[in-house]
Amino acid sequence: MPRPAPKPVVLPCEAAVRVEEAGGDLRVTLGGTWRVTAEKPDWFPARLRTNPAVLRVALGGDIGEWDSSLLLFIHEVRTWAQGAGVECDFGALPEGMRAMLAQFTEACEQVRPTERALDFVSAVGVAAQDAWAKTGEIANFVGECVLSGVYLAKHPHKFRMRDCLEQMQQCGAMSLPIVSLISLLIGLIMAYQSAILMRQFGADIYVADAVGLVMVRELGAMMTAVILAGRTGAAFAATLGNMRANDEIDALQTFGIRPVDFLVMPRLIALGLMMPLLALYANGVGILGGMVVALGLLDIPPQAYWVQTMSAIDLSDVSTGLIKASAFGILVGLSGCHRGLLAERSAAGVGQAATSEVVMGLLLIILADAFFAVAFNIFGL
Amino acid sequence: MVATQEKSPVEKAAIEALGIDCGYGGDPLLKDLSFAVKPGEIFFIIGGSGCGKSTLLRHLIGLNRPSAGDVKFFGESFMEADADRRGALLKRFGVLYQGGALWSSLSLLENICLPLEEYTTLTRRERSELAAFKLSQVGLAGYENYYPSEISGGMKKRAGLARALALDPAIVFFDEPSAGLDPITSRKLDELILQIRQLLGTTCVVVSHELDSIFSIADRVLMLDKAAKGRIALGDPRLLAVESDDERVREFLSRGERPGEKGFDTAGGRPQ
Repeated sequence: MPRPAPKPVVLPCEAAVRVEEAGGDLRVTLGGTWRVTAEKPDWFPARLRTNPAVLRVALGGDIGEWDSSLLLFIHEVRTWAQGAGVECDFGALPEGMRAMLAQFTEACEQVRPTERALDFVSAVGVAAQDAWAKTGEIANFVGECVLSGVYLAKHPHKFRMRDCLEQMQQCGAMSLPIVSLISLLIGLIMAYQSAILMRQFGADIYVADAVGLVMVRELGAMMTAVILAGRTGAAFAATLGNMRANDEIDALQTFGIRPVDFLVMPRLIALGLMMPLLALYANGVGILGGMVVALGLLDIPPQAYWVQTMSAIDLSDVSTGLIKASAFGILVGLSGCHRGLLAERSAAGVGQAATSEVVMGLLLIILADAFFAVAFNIFGL
Repeated sequence: MVATQEKSPVEKAAIEALGIDCGYGGDPLLKDLSFAVKPGEIFFIIGGSGCGKSTLLRHLIGLNRPSAGDVKFFGESFMEADADRRGALLKRFGVLYQGGALWSSLSLLENICLPLEEYTTLTRRERSELAAFKLSQVGLAGYENYYPSEISGGMKKRAGLARALALDPAIVFFDEPSAGLDPITSRKLDELILQIRQLLGTTCVVVSHELDSIFSIADRVLMLDKAAKGRIALGDPRLLAVESDDERVREFLSRGERPGEKGFDTAGGRPQ
């Protein structure tokens, strides 16, 4: 049940401060109940015409319960007195309170800001070292995954099939709704945008070519990968990061079980298998989106649209998309697991792991896409 | 030196549980539990694993709502209080969680300043002076600008205590204060609990099964049992250890019995 934010209830001041001038001395008597959550009592040293020679602080007979606020007040009185060059006399206070006051003063004086900021040169140096170390880590991790893949191929019974199936369910079937929605909208948008251009040339039917080719070769795989980088990759990073914070990864290692075999491979394989299927599905839904726009805006019947699409795309277009999707899936899985396994052992560390997974996942997807574009061009696919 | 307590003619119990049922949905772990904690008392909640100690604590401090019964602080019902009153009551108690539960994005000083910022009219400078004092009280002077991830488990616990004491609460709850601490640190923590009570008259409610702590600082213990779904003993642990009619109580509180003498009760480990 949402609770309205509590109003800051400040208790009324029940503390009493009596200030009396006697001769050249100033006598401050403290009484009443002192609570840190109550309003602070006033005292007016500024109103004095002349500074006293000695300031004596004492507890009155009417002193009730008191807490740190009393110490804080006496500390304030003393700070004022030191500033005004007035001598303080706490002789009338109980000994225990004087001891606490001494501790209070000492504690206040000890606070030193810890210098955390680095100068420019050091910051650059640290960042460079960090980047180098990270590159090593990533290379190491990829190597471990390859070794683990070889090992599991030799010992297939060691593979965690149940985990893999569960992950497939999580990243495959459970992603269908969001993948459907986004691909449908992408298909619609593509069809709208290309319709504006095609209409000028009376080439309305070529909207089907544009939507079909772009979805199948490029956007189907890419959009699915982007969705899964945000959805599944971040979940991998958060889960493994939390497991690391809980020492679960260490526990695996002390049993001689490699975390990569146990945790990473089922996830990588699940994503690598599910991503092409999802991309294929996204292609279909995207083409459907284009069909809707063609029918509504350009009066192209679905049959004609379908025939045109079929003539525009061939198997090599579909297969390039699927190869890419599989590669994207493995990249998203790698970056998610890598970030999770190396997360800092704290709540903030887990959050950071998820964040950097998404950034790294997207970066890898785009880089791989560029690589594939060049490679497919060379091979004429 | 003791802060004088204003004694009202009829001294109200600091905490009063009136027939509460505690659990997380389904069958309650604790049924129809009643007890009262006197002001200034060091009150231990003890019992074997899974008997509902921590559950009871969660229900007392309002993190979970008892499905029946009522919890009163200084005679005022916590369950029936409106949001404002609840806030005012919440200010009167502090909780030390098992792992310290420090906010990891804030430094130790900021951790202690946050409740002060929320509930007092102190200036920023006064807040940090007070926070520094609280840290020095638990022996963490000089660590003000450290983050929780930079200090050890025992230090986190002490910092958690400093934060629980930030508002000088009337009641402090401790969830397993000595779990995971070395004997010296845990003894120091016990001394700290005694010191807080002596200086400020604070009521301390401690969930623990550390026999050393129980015998050295507890005024009274409330012993819970899983099978009985409630209390099986309430009183001075030193007397209960020898005088209790209940064998479970004597066994729990008996020291010096060597491990292995009785054999492991395998039946107790099975879920029922």
